[in-house]
Amino acid sequence: MIDQLTVFLGNEEGRLTALCRTLGDAGIQMHSLVLADTTDYGIVRIICDNPKGAIEALSQARFTASLAKVVAVEVPHVPGGLAGVFAALDKLGVNIEYSYCFIGANGVATLALKAPESVMGALDEAGFKVLHPGDLYAA
Amino acid sequence: MAYQDEITHMDRAELEALQLERLKKAVVYCYEKIPFYKENFDAVGFDPYALETFEDLRRAPFTTKQDMRDAYPYDLFALPKSEVKEIHMSSGTTGVATVSGYTENDLKVWGDCFARGIGYAGGDENDIVHVCYGYGLFTGGLGAHYGGLNAGAMTIPMSAGNTKRQIKVLQSMGSSIICCTPSYAMYIADTAIEMGLDPKKDFHLKAGIHGAEAWSNQFRANLEEKLDYKALDVYGLTEVMGPGVAIECMEQTGLHVAEDHFWIEILDPETHEPVPDGEWGELVITTLTKEATPVIRYRTKDITRIIPGECACGRTHRRIDRLHGRTDDMMIIRGVNVFPRQIENVCTGFEEIADWYQIELTRENSLDVATLKIEINPDFPMDEIRKIEDLQRRLEQALKDELATKIKVKVVEPYTITRSEGKAVRIVDLRSEEEK
Repeated sequence: MIDQLTVFLGNEEGRLTALCRTLGDAGIQMHSLVLADTTDYGIVRIICDNPKGAIEALSQARFTASLAKVVAVEVPHVPGGLAGVFAALDKLGVNIEYSYCFIGANGVATLALKAPESVMGALDEAGFKVLHPGDLYAA
Repeated sequence: MAYQDEITHMDRAELEALQLERLKKAVVYCYEKIPFYKENFDAVGFDPYALETFEDLRRAPFTTKQDMRDAYPYDLFALPKSEVKEIHMSSGTTGVATVSGYTENDLKVWGDCFARGIGYAGGDENDIVHVCYGYGLFTGGLGAHYGGLNAGAMTIPMSAGNTKRQIKVLQSMGSSIICCTPSYAMYIADTAIEMGLDPKKDFHLKAGIHGAEAWSNQFRANLEEKLDYKALDVYGLTEVMGPGVAIECMEQTGLHVAEDHFWIEILDPETHEPVPDGEWGELVITTLTKEATPVIRYRTKDITRIIPGECACGRTHRRIDRLHGRTDDMMIIRGVNVFPRQIENVCTGFEEIADWYQIELTRENSLDVATLKIEINPDFPMDEIRKIEDLQRRLEQALKDELATKIKVKVVEPYTITRSEGKAVRIVDLRSEEEK
């Protein structure tokens, strides 16, 4: 599974800038940034080239950041490609907490899923390319 | 033998006789030396020369904070300035400051009262007393300082602030008793942990004497867990003396009042009638020995109760309970009385929440809105919003069950609630004056 950075951000002006600046100053390159927002706060989910270094830099700057394991799978770049991936997941009857798409390695559309590890094998068997840490960052 | 054991273990009958003798002198002293008391006593027909019993004092008028403000700066002094050695002042953040003066003997009594607390904590001349209350007009710093000196302990006058240096001294000098606000003790502990230290091993504390704000039992348990020491509560107020009016012993079952120097009453705040021992009410204090600025029946606005029965430690001075709050800290939210302490008690039942919280009061569509801001502990699985929302819901429900009124819960980022080096700011009231 892939290490995803999760950051809790108060809904205050300038917090996203501060977050991105902190990562930038630490020499961290982001592949994706997805924001789940509520009225009072946001949960920022980031896939980057150095998750452990990012955690260190963010903790030092007093952000509430942690690593979460997500499944990453490449999406065939054809009409209905994403539907195919979800159809394969449907058969498994597992709970997907959240998911989002981003541009992964070599510019290929990639789906990130907060799902049990067991879906990796199932997706692989269904012919999809499941990504491993080394594919997205130096593991 | 701990400091002034003979006084703190005095036979009750003997102690009460001493109190009555001192009380008789105190009311006459105030009447003769301070015009304010003469006018007030005469206005209600209270004859200080006729006081024979403690009950007789109930006919004497109260002294309030407003009286003290009106007397600013010197109108409540019983002696010429040439006999006064030191003054302290309340912060005056909510109005004009109140001033308290001390003669040489007053300073000795003050130091003695606090030094007894050092004795309660098992301390003596072999201890190192680390004082990180603020020094200055605030009574905390110098009160603890004089206590340390009177107890014969080596006293380190750190004052508040410069937390990294506090930590360095706690590590290297072997401080054994720390005196500061409970919230600053927590801040020091958290900062040390954040720096990678383990205060349990790296500090050498056996006790802390903490006061100047209300703190819950759970907050105390957390402090004791982090610092591996006994956290004792101390009570005092500028208008009367400063810290040392009452201090907890190692039994932690209430604070022993220095009864040889203070006469206390617990009154129903509305009817002003005394409540029976064990019942909560407003603490009213009369100084028995204070020379420079004695006070008769000072209404503290602090809510406490007398704990009935004897303390297991064997000391005879009666105990008051840890403060429930202040009558003027009490918030009225949509008509329901709420003390910050009640909210803290609910919060501490949730281990997902960090020790810092703040209550914000606002008004929307002419209705009071109370919002409790909390910080979540860093190890909480915040990746799933569902879990954060579930925590908010459970906390809101628990608050509603406890307080019978709705409090909104807002999760904020760590370190956004202001940490304090003095008194923690627990309530931010953004309602305008006429809305309260």
